[in-house]
Amino acid sequence: MTRARTSLLPYLLLAPSLLFLAALFLVPLLQTIGLSLTENGELSPANYQRMVGDLNFVPSLRNTFVLVLVVVPAQVVFALAMATMLQKLRLGRDIVLWIWTIPLGVSDLAAGLVWLAILQDRGYLNSALMALGVIDGPTPWLTYETPVALFFSVVAAEVWRATAIVLVILVAGLQLIPREYAEAAEVFGARPWTIFRRITLPLLRPSLQTALILRTVLAFEVFAVVYAIGGRNFPVLVGEAFVWQTDNQNTGVAAAYAMLVVVISLASTVFYLRALRTPPEQQP
Amino acid sequence: MADIQIERVRKDFGAVRALDEITLHVADGEFVALLGPSGCGKTTLLRIVAGLETRTAGRIVIGGRDLSDVPTRNRGLAMVFQNYAVFPHMTVYENIAFGLRMQGADTTRVQAQVKRAAELLHIEMLLDRYPAKLSGGQRQRVAVARALAVEPPVLLMDEPLSNLDALLRLEMRADLKAILQEAGTTTIYVTHDQTEAMGLADRIAVMHGGRIVQFDTPMAVYGRPQSTFVGGFVGSPPMNFIKVDVTGGQAKLGALSLPAPVASGSVLAGIRAEDFALVERDKGLPFNVLVVEPLGSHALMTGRVADQIIRVVAPPDTAHAAGTEIGLAPVQQRIVWMDAGSGTALGRSA
Ligand SMILES: Nc1ncnc2c1ncn2[C@@H]1O[C@H](COP(=O)(O)OP(=O)(O)O)[C@@H](O)[C@H]1O
Ligand SMILES: [Mg+2]
Repeated sequence: MTRARTSLLPYLLLAPSLLFLAALFLVPLLQTIGLSLTENGELSPANYQRMVGDLNFVPSLRNTFVLVLVVVPAQVVFALAMATMLQKLRLGRDIVLWIWTIPLGVSDLAAGLVWLAILQDRGYLNSALMALGVIDGPTPWLTYETPVALFFSVVAAEVWRATAIVLVILVAGLQLIPREYAEAAEVFGARPWTIFRRITLPLLRPSLQTALILRTVLAFEVFAVVYAIGGRNFPVLVGEAFVWQTDNQNTGVAAAYAMLVVVISLASTVFYLRALRTPPEQQP
Repeated sequence: MADIQIERVRKDFGAVRALDEITLHVADGEFVALLGPSGCGKTTLLRIVAGLETRTAGRIVIGGRDLSDVPTRNRGLAMVFQNYAVFPHMTVYENIAFGLRMQGADTTRVQAQVKRAAELLHIEMLLDRYPAKLSGGQRQRVAVARALAVEPPVLLMDEPLSNLDALLRLEMRADLKAILQEAGTTTIYVTHDQTEAMGLADRIAVMHGGRIVQFDTPMAVYGRPQSTFVGGFVGSPPMNFIKVDVTGGQAKLGALSLPAPVASGSVLAGIRAEDFALVERDKGLPFNVLVVEPLGSHALMTGRVADQIIRVVAPPDTAHAAGTEIGLAPVQQRIVWMDAGSGTALGRSA
């Protein structure tokens, strides 16, 4: 009797959260799959055909991928450098970390608007450049004609906004690595860069994996920052889903875009789980 | 030549003085144990020698070279850490090879040295394994092999056996002694276990409260402690300190009268448990037996002398039982007289 009760108890305690997830995640997901695969109540690939045939499909796919491929590695490199520097601080480490994580508290739309204020025609950047005499008058950076400037503006905003989450995960991960490993390496003659490459980085692999999965999945969902800064001058996948849903009133195609993002996210997660796996025998 | 000279080394952690003017000379090829209770500064001193910890004042000179401001990686040392610090993501082979690779040794030398070190520590069959699959004792051997593979002139060890069970510790102790004697490595070995220090070291530096309170051979530290602290810390059971009154230069222990190093007053007679002869009650110092522990090789008796509890080693077949009263006759030339106030050794009596 007691035994049966104790073995049931964990499931009972888990049940509310499972029900909650089922209601608010699984059901919408199944509905989205359904929506994307039907037209007028019949099974049909039409929504996917319309998505692929759309003028903005290839640019949005390409933009999203290029953005992820530039932003995520940049964020990991920055976060690694920042976390390593934090490790070396004796005093005020918490304050520096706290300041670095301020952008985490800013919503992505607000972050986009901050960067819009900096980068628009009469924004802070142009004012500064004019004062320095680099440019003569207001110069547009965020238009269809300046794709490179627009792209790097989006990259800057994304890096500014979301590097901190990688940083927080890596700082926690670094703190889990006992100091003796680096000290032992140092005693046996390793230089700081060698220690980083041969000791710290391999031991940080589990944290890197977590940070990469989290950041990559979110980067594929990039939307608000891009639209605040560039509008539809820089189409991305989730943005297209939004446009099809609101402007074109076509939920089916929007659902197809959403499913594409889900599949890409899952694929990248599986990729990281395999590529950055720590074999059990190598776990500390 | 790789002698170690630690000169007037001081270390403050904020307001806490962890090391107070430590001076210690370890001869080339010598095995010195740093022995002391937890928190006395042993690890801090070892880490300062390695350069892993900064010092507040003083110098570290190894083989005639002042290394005080040389970074750890250029000091040419090897170290065995208390938790081994064997790299979990490398095989045993790569762990042992690590120091050699850092030195840029060629493949033949790496192979030869790893093989030699692994054979020395009987872990040849573990070379392809990862540390997670090893027992504590095996990891410990890997840590020692990693240190020996670079053929270091100086080896530092911080309580390397403290995480092993008693039997394994005994076995590793004997192995270590044999290996290091053969290699002729200058070694500083940190431990809080006095048996380990006694068994391994050429000389023992006993530390207490950030100072070295005695630096001598194991037998001298054991037999001629310079303070009640050393006598109490080294040896099991600890040395007995019996308070006796002296009049006319003679200390009165029951029926016995022994020459004391002071003319009058109160002194402590430091006597090891095994340095008593058991005699009849009225022929020696009256000893009230409270407990007898038969320990196989001998019997340990705990009892009362006047109002003091002391321990006495008796032959294993002793007939004295708890509740009896016997006499004790200390071996006179082994008594260490201590000042009753300061607890430091007085000049020898006879
Ligand atoms: N990093 C540190 N910060 C502050 N105090 C320390 C630090 N390391 C050691 N201490 C202090 O220095 C003293 C000696 O410590 P330690 O050398 O570790 O002793 P042992 O190895 O003999 O047990 C202790 O009082 C300890 O609390
Ligand atoms: Mg210690």
